[in-house]
Amino acid sequence: MAIRSLASRRTLAGLKETSSRLLGLRSIQTFTLPDLPYDYSALEPAISGEIMQIHHQKHHQAYVTNYNNALEQLDQAVNKGDASTVVKLQSAIKFNGGGHVNHSIFWKNLAPVKEGGGEPPKGALGGAIDTHFGSLEGLVKKMSAEGAALQGSGWVWLGLDKELKTLVVDTTANQDPLVTKGGSLVPLVGIDVWEHAYYLQYKNVRPEYLKNVWKVINWKYASEVYEKECK
Amino acid sequence: MASCVVTTSSFCTVSDSSIRLKSSKLVHLQRRRSLGSRGGLKVEAYYGLKTPPYPLDALEPYMSQRTLEVHWGKHHRGYVDNLNKQLGKDDKLYGYTMEELIKATYNNGNPLPEFNNAAQVYNHDFFWESMQPGGGDMPQKGVLEQIEKDFGSFTNFREKFTNAALTQFGSGWVWLVLKREERRLEVVKTSNAINPLVWDDIVCERVSLIFSCYKVMFPLDHMYFCCCCLQPIISLDVWEHSYYIDYKNERGKYINTFLNHLVSWNAAMSRMARAEAFVNLGEPNIPIA
Repeated sequence: MAIRSLASRRTLAGLKETSSRLLGLRSIQTFTLPDLPYDYSALEPAISGEIMQIHHQKHHQAYVTNYNNALEQLDQAVNKGDASTVVKLQSAIKFNGGGHVNHSIFWKNLAPVKEGGGEPPKGALGGAIDTHFGSLEGLVKKMSAEGAALQGSGWVWLGLDKELKTLVVDTTANQDPLVTKGGSLVPLVGIDVWEHAYYLQYKNVRPEYLKNVWKVINWKYASEVYEKECK
Repeated sequence: MASCVVTTSSFCTVSDSSIRLKSSKLVHLQRRRSLGSRGGLKVEAYYGLKTPPYPLDALEPYMSQRTLEVHWGKHHRGYVDNLNKQLGKDDKLYGYTMEELIKATYNNGNPLPEFNNAAQVYNHDFFWESMQPGGGDMPQKGVLEQIEKDFGSFTNFREKFTNAALTQFGSGWVWLVLKREERRLEVVKTSNAINPLVWDDIVCERVSLIFSCYKVMFPLDHMYFCCCCLQPIISLDVWEHSYYIDYKNERGKYINTFLNHLVSWNAAMSRMARAEAFVNLGEPNIPIA
């Protein structure tokens, strides 16, 4: 009887382990494609409906799908203690996870003109922009220049340095989130300068895209983030 | 020591190193004088835009004429024009061959502003010539044998090439290269403007010290083959601009179509033959003048 109870205790323990492992697997959070708060064609003529649809339904969806896959593989590798697989997965996680993070911010950075897209920032953010860049035009010029000069694929950002309480303009390569450029950086406005963001409409003329995208930038959202972080 | 540098994508320049600066200034002056009647229009070009070896609609329906018009006519032409503008600013990079220019401006990983344009001019020249109308299918004889030897099977090579192209995050290129020292083929991927020419290793450095002129020139062909350890054989552009008009986001479809219908195994064959001849014949014994 003692042996049987020992055996059953071991089996129970084994069952507990398996079930918690299963629970562990199931408990990793998966991500879903966020909905756009406006129609695909609502940002025309600055950004065409065709681009918005493909950008959202194909590119962003692919980042989400691949991010979920990578996270699942990571979870399995972590549970198995497979260090080399964990390390191998880092680039896929950075790329796809970054893609999901960046695009989620991007959709909120844009708004149709009739919902305030393009309206200059007021309040605290407007003041901070004037302080740091002289004027909104100065900021726009700087970001457009840096965006146009970025080689290959990437993003151009207006960020807030939480610690130094300053605004910064910076670029990141590929799908690197802004935080990879500084742990205290909070993205306020990000502009996607991957070719998929403008090619069907502007072809190789990225500066033209950068000139027009400002007409649909949602400064209200950027102000909200700024004020929240500055509290 | 006088040297004549000839490629079909650069103007022939005969330069005596001691009077190089003077003569280039003279050329500028002459050009300015002759064009003075046009209201002072100054035109200088060091590199020309080479046309692909087929008409722009020849790769239809796999790569549309529209794509070629924008990709070659705008992107590639832009790199050439911008490179010429940069080279026109001063004489520092005057007289290089394209391969030399790429390596010099790569500056061991700390690239100068000219690198991006120079490398992209080379990359696109190489890319157009890596394709042909009626391309794709299987390579023949020698190339096929080498691929089977180095990858196990042609299918395995396709898989490796496709996988590299799909996992090049962001913009870049995928290459089939011949590793000169090991005499084997490999698939490599590069990001943005980088190409395998910049990956010289220590062996090549040492060799270049021994021979002051270590470049082998093939006068019948446009491309220089220098003593670099990764010899490009085939390339595929995976910047979004190369497939977006025809395939939108579907890079996988583009890669498959390239392998099935576009890749020029003829070009691969001649590039490999030249690379192998160089390897087999060993280092050229060029007398130092």
